[in-house]
Amino acid sequence: MSYSKKVIDHYENPRNVGSFDASEKNVGTGLVGAPACGDVMKLQIKVNEAGIIEDVRFKTFGCGSAIASSSFATEMLKGKTLEQAHQIKNMEIVEALDLPPVKIHCSILAEDAIKAAIADWEKKKD
Amino acid sequence: MKNPLIYLDYQATTPCDSRVVDAMLPYFTQSFGNPHSRNHAYGWEAEKAVDTARAQVAAIIGADPREIVFTSGATESNNLALKGVARFNKGQKNHIITCMTEHKCVLDTCRHLQEEGFQITYLPVQTNGLIRLEDLENAITDQTVLVSIMAVNNEVGVIQPLKEIGALCRQRGVLFHTDAAQAVGKIPLNVEEMNIDLLSISGHKLYGPKGIGALYVRRKPRVRLQALIHGGDQERGMRSGTLPTPLCVGLGKACEIAQVEMETEAKRLKNLQTIFYTHVMKELPEVFLNGDLDQRIPGNLNLSFAYVEGEGLMMGIKELCVSSGSACTSASLEPSYVLKALGVGEELAHTSLRLGFGRFTTEKEVIFAAEKIVSAVRKLRDMSPLWELAQAGVDIKSIQWAGH
Repeated sequence: MSYSKKVIDHYENPRNVGSFDASEKNVGTGLVGAPACGDVMKLQIKVNEAGIIEDVRFKTFGCGSAIASSSFATEMLKGKTLEQAHQIKNMEIVEALDLPPVKIHCSILAEDAIKAAIADWEKKKD
Repeated sequence: MKNPLIYLDYQATTPCDSRVVDAMLPYFTQSFGNPHSRNHAYGWEAEKAVDTARAQVAAIIGADPREIVFTSGATESNNLALKGVARFNKGQKNHIITCMTEHKCVLDTCRHLQEEGFQITYLPVQTNGLIRLEDLENAITDQTVLVSIMAVNNEVGVIQPLKEIGALCRQRGVLFHTDAAQAVGKIPLNVEEMNIDLLSISGHKLYGPKGIGALYVRRKPRVRLQALIHGGDQERGMRSGTLPTPLCVGLGKACEIAQVEMETEAKRLKNLQTIFYTHVMKELPEVFLNGDLDQRIPGNLNLSFAYVEGEGLMMGIKELCVSSGSACTSASLEPSYVLKALGVGEELAHTSLRLGFGRFTTEKEVIFAAEKIVSAVRKLRDMSPLWELAQAGVDIKSIQWAGH
């Protein structure tokens, strides 16, 4: 199986790799997937007072498509409101990265990671 | 597909040795006769070539040429051995013993025989990949007709105790078949010393052509089996069809070369294996070898690089042609059943790579490969959330992961 140019680009030059301090109040962390399934994504958002995602970080254990999906997701998230971020659908990632059908689960995992990060941030706010 | 690719997947297939190709070529064109044509010189010439090849194949396993049946490959040989023996003995004995780490073509054939009413026992393996002889001994009943245990595993390269298995089978009056596709030409094999009754050979795993293999079928005491392919009664009725003379010649030549060079080649490969293994283990923590190191062919390593997914790793080492136990590319998304049988956890099975060294692998390539893998693993661990958790002292297994 060969990868699309976009997947290769994100794999070779991943955007926003790293971690924020998960205990910080303005940081939301999503950790999804399972090691036994071969995919784990950690996605973190830093939200400012206006409710805008100011910065994003990710770390992923998985295949090239999983890494690319999470890297691409971090680019999509920057500058979005939480409302807008919540609207992101996995198919946008599939289309942007030309993921083949067998790799659609990678994009679903990325969507799950976004939702989990938002939920974590909201939980902290309450 | 021009170089600079480095091929390290010799358990998948091997290139045809140019000496093999040279031996084959005349039999495509000027010496094109049907080896079964008894009435003219073209036929005699082809028959002579096939006879020579048969003797070369027999020699590498210490057999008699009359005990060699040419087939299309090891898959057919395994099908013929298992179905042939089972069906011939149907009504008298109906039990077969095999093991959980066999190649798919043995396991799938056994599943098929189960549907035909045969009982199959799938022996477990120890964490080093080898079966326990006590397990085998306990599994044999008065209904057991055949034991089929592979010589060398295709994923982890471990060598089963063939001599001990053969002795046990002989003592208990049970036939012993071994799938030796990964073993012929790699380790010394002798059907007499090892009491092997049936042995499967593949051409393309030992620098011969694809599309040819053989099944050794013992004559004394005679092993009888029911044919799968019917027709002109070639190969003493066990496998009909005109023999592909060039392919037979190729397999014969490949066996001859392998037999002559086996000892020196095994030493050379052992050295390459050691260079690779020691480099990687020195440079990287948390790398695990799957399968026994000593009871193993020198041309194989199977390593789990914890916290780095195998397919993701392969993408970072594009220059290297290796294979992964992760099977993330396959539709099933299931990791290797062989590693699972060895007790390797799914999370580690997803991080495994199989490296195969062979006749055309150089020391320079092995060093390059080891360095490349080390740097790719480091890079991917830096972006692995599991590595981060492990470094922080979190036990990955203590986390409640949601399966997906």
